[in-house]
Amino acid sequence: MSPHLGVYKFMYTMSLSILHRITGCAATVGFLVFVWWLMALASGPDTYARAMQALGSPFAKLLLVGFTFSFVYHFCNGIRHLVWDTGRGLERAQARRSGAFVVVAALLLTALLIWLGCQAMGFAPGGAP
Amino acid sequence: MPGNGLRARGCAVSLRTPLSKVIGRGSAGEGVGHWWIQRVTAIALLPLTAWFVISLLGLSLQSYDAMRGWFGQPWVAVLSLLLVSTLAWHSKLGVQVVIEDYIHGKAAKTTWLLLSTFIHVIAAVAGSFAILRMALA
Repeated sequence: MSPHLGVYKFMYTMSLSILHRITGCAATVGFLVFVWWLMALASGPDTYARAMQALGSPFAKLLLVGFTFSFVYHFCNGIRHLVWDTGRGLERAQARRSGAFVVVAALLLTALLIWLGCQAMGFAPGGAP
Repeated sequence: MPGNGLRARGCAVSLRTPLSKVIGRGSAGEGVGHWWIQRVTAIALLPLTAWFVISLLGLSLQSYDAMRGWFGQPWVAVLSLLLVSTLAWHSKLGVQVVIEDYIHGKAAKTTWLLLSTFIHVIAAVAGSFAILRMALA
């Protein structure tokens, strides 16, 4: 049982650890949206057109950006956790360095995916569809 | 689970008692199975999600015909089925840990765990059905 947050001195690596859980939960919601999208695509052209229209609304776009960051961060930080599971990289300095690397990599990858994703979805980046 | 990590590396130090080793269960009462499957599904998801995201970015998602054509290919269907089932499994295990840590009281905990399990099974079946319908159409 891990979440006894009050007894530790706060470190930025702690927020990265908590963020792994938060992004994991957000990615779960993203997974449910993905399944809904698959069902719409399997249902036929009209249902799919309506689903894509719904995904084009400003609120949905904001959600998609959040899902993208959550997935990318969880992916990158997940690799960090898998390396730790082999017993490597656990020294404090190493863990801080890999944490900073994960944050930078996640932000860059998120920006890249949003830019490429806008083109695949047929949205003009930053503007109206 | 520090005890298991140390044991796995062949170290003499173990935090588990001889009895707990014989019974093979941790404090949650189900042993290392959960911990291990969470890692196995994580490793499987690295190539599966990377493949899916990169493939999707090369398609025009507004085109219904293009998307159906892509999902109609046998290997796309197989890998997508693996993706959906592995995602559901990994997600179910992760959400389970969060519920076990933050929801207190046996009744509330059991209710949330049941709800999460049902939602994940429905998502896995719905996603798989959608892929199969497109692949076999």
